[in-house]
Amino acid sequence: MVDVATHLADLTRASSITGRERAVADLLRRQWASLVDEAKRDRLGNFIGLKRGENSATELRSLPFPGPEQQSRPGARPPGPPKIMAAAHIDSIGGMVTAIEPGGFLRFTTVGGVDRRLLMAQEVEVHGARIIPGLVGSKPPHMTTPEERSKLLPPEQLYIDTGLSEAEVKALVSLGAPVLPRYEFRQLQGERVSSRYMDNRAGVATLAVALAELQHLKHTADFYAVGTVGEEFGGLPGATTSTFEIKPDIGIAVDVTFAKHPGSEEDSFPLGGGPTIGVGPNCTPRLAKLLRQIAADLGIHYELEVMPGPSGTDAWAMQVVRGGVATGIISIPLRYMHTPVETVDLADIRAAGRLLANFVARIDSAFVEGLTCC
Amino acid sequence: MLLEKLSNACGISGYEDEVRDILRRELQEHVDEMWIDTMGSLMVRKGTGPISVMLDAHMDEVGFLVGAILDDGYVKLKKVGGLDDRVLPGRQVWLTQKRIPGVIGAKAWHLTSPDERGKVIPFDQMYVDLGCKTRQEVLDLGIEPGEPVYFATTFERYSDKVVKGKAFDDRVGCTIVATILQAFSHPGLTIYGSFSVQEEVGLRGAKVAAYNLNPDLALALEGTGSANGAGVDPFDTITNLGDGPAISLMDAAGFPNLQVWEQLVKLAQESGIRYQHRRLITGGTNSGGIALQRAGIPACTIAVPCRYIHTNASLLNLDDLQGAVSLVDHFLTSLEKGDFRP
Repeated sequence: MVDVATHLADLTRASSITGRERAVADLLRRQWASLVDEAKRDRLGNFIGLKRGENSATELRSLPFPGPEQQSRPGARPPGPPKIMAAAHIDSIGGMVTAIEPGGFLRFTTVGGVDRRLLMAQEVEVHGARIIPGLVGSKPPHMTTPEERSKLLPPEQLYIDTGLSEAEVKALVSLGAPVLPRYEFRQLQGERVSSRYMDNRAGVATLAVALAELQHLKHTADFYAVGTVGEEFGGLPGATTSTFEIKPDIGIAVDVTFAKHPGSEEDSFPLGGGPTIGVGPNCTPRLAKLLRQIAADLGIHYELEVMPGPSGTDAWAMQVVRGGVATGIISIPLRYMHTPVETVDLADIRAAGRLLANFVARIDSAFVEGLTCC
Repeated sequence: MLLEKLSNACGISGYEDEVRDILRRELQEHVDEMWIDTMGSLMVRKGTGPISVMLDAHMDEVGFLVGAILDDGYVKLKKVGGLDDRVLPGRQVWLTQKRIPGVIGAKAWHLTSPDERGKVIPFDQMYVDLGCKTRQEVLDLGIEPGEPVYFATTFERYSDKVVKGKAFDDRVGCTIVATILQAFSHPGLTIYGSFSVQEEVGLRGAKVAAYNLNPDLALALEGTGSANGAGVDPFDTITNLGDGPAISLMDAAGFPNLQVWEQLVKLAQESGIRYQHRRLITGGTNSGGIALQRAGIPACTIAVPCRYIHTNASLLNLDDLQGAVSLVDHFLTSLEKGDFRP
């Protein structure tokens, strides 16, 4: 079994602003070695782990799989076991150093949807020649007017103070160095944990739980557990290319969604109330139906997440790769998204992992043939 | 390092006991007498010389009290001391001196309106999430309205000289006074160490302490604002980190005694101690409260520059701290030798 709390804590420690996700991919190759039959880091930096189905002889070195470039007709599916891909993005929001000011202060740009309401006095770490702790500088309240205190400074007017001299900073930091929020993984009451980067390490941990469950479940489908890069940047590059390589019959995106808390009632789901199953144009109805059926069979509580358009997950890209992929979305409720104190409930991750594993075990050739059947 | 222990200790105004206990242990062997006054301030005496000097530093820090505990297990906060709303969301906190972890969350940026996105989150919309699901779960942890809440910030060295921590205002002052008592001897003086409570809510502990001690003169040792960051006009920096202790010209609580002030400047110049003046008059310090006790007590403030004071974490330069210790020691020596009489 996977100890979810420990695994999550390890994952949140790894550095991974969008475009620099290697530390997470490497960590997964180490920590998932016994959970997958084979693993690789692909050309774009995605982590791809393969857990073969029964009697399957698939090898990762045959990636990218060849296949018809057009929409499959019924019965036109190439031979071989069903292929299911579950994607959880491994990148995260942060910043990058853009200039070194006189005095050694660092100017930075944000990477991904950083909430600028939280930047002032935030503890950060600059990943230069070593990890350099710092604070996002701000004027002290003694010398600001009440009017100024009601305004937010744009990131261009903030800076990082490392306490080091200009010469030291120049020796350690080059432009483009990643900037990460510096917050510890903390166990709150019950099964709730809070840290930076739960978006989307919670999804990655869900894949780990699913892989662990699959050690004891019979499955004929090949299962690809993929850590995708670039999700926070937009355009979903990692999901697009990894789906192209794997050419799955079914793609499931595992990501986080909004959990309810005061001030966040709409489009938000109870923390600890189980995963959400997406419904809408990005979610193939037969898959959503099967996921709901399996959840009911296992006694897993879930919520339906209505997604009327772009789902904001990797599934949005996966669905339209090559000739199209049947897609589903499983999400973990998370409070305070894109803050350094993102909070999740471990029970939701375990439940989502079990749901995903049992889904994989339930898929056979007949089911995937049926997906393209009229 | 004493500053590290004191910075990591938790003590908002009215709940200073953790800080007091550390100072008691540190000073036990170095002072002749030690007592706690009715407000909770720690008083120590060293020596019995004819001139009495009060060295004051406040033990309290800014933070919060537990306010309302909501039915669904969230905890509302009440501010203790001056805190900028902009630095609060997204912070980890400790509830009570048992350090039960919690977080001050914020609605996901994705769900905010364009209007909300550019605005400071109002304090009345903030609360602490401990992971509790009900009010009873919170109460079962021993958290009640009125319990203290602290920033969960751990002391850290950024470089040889610069350190990060919470509550440098005024644990740096406590460090200076404690160091003077531990490391130096001035038998010609009666030195009172006054580790006072409740500065952040109106200089309250120091006023009472000064009345009781009735010293011939007093120095308040403080942490003060510094803003020599990027893009700040040199005049607007208040003080510069690394340019030495600030000898205060004036603050919101009052003027220093001019003779004491002049003597401090003279000693700094003669002994080559780097010093600066504070280019800002807002913000009160204990010397203002002390100066008005009884028939008046000559007093002045010496402050160590701290960048990002009154937030979750600030920075100070250990050279500035050392400079302040040295300046106070020179001042005490000059008093002892009779070079200077208040």
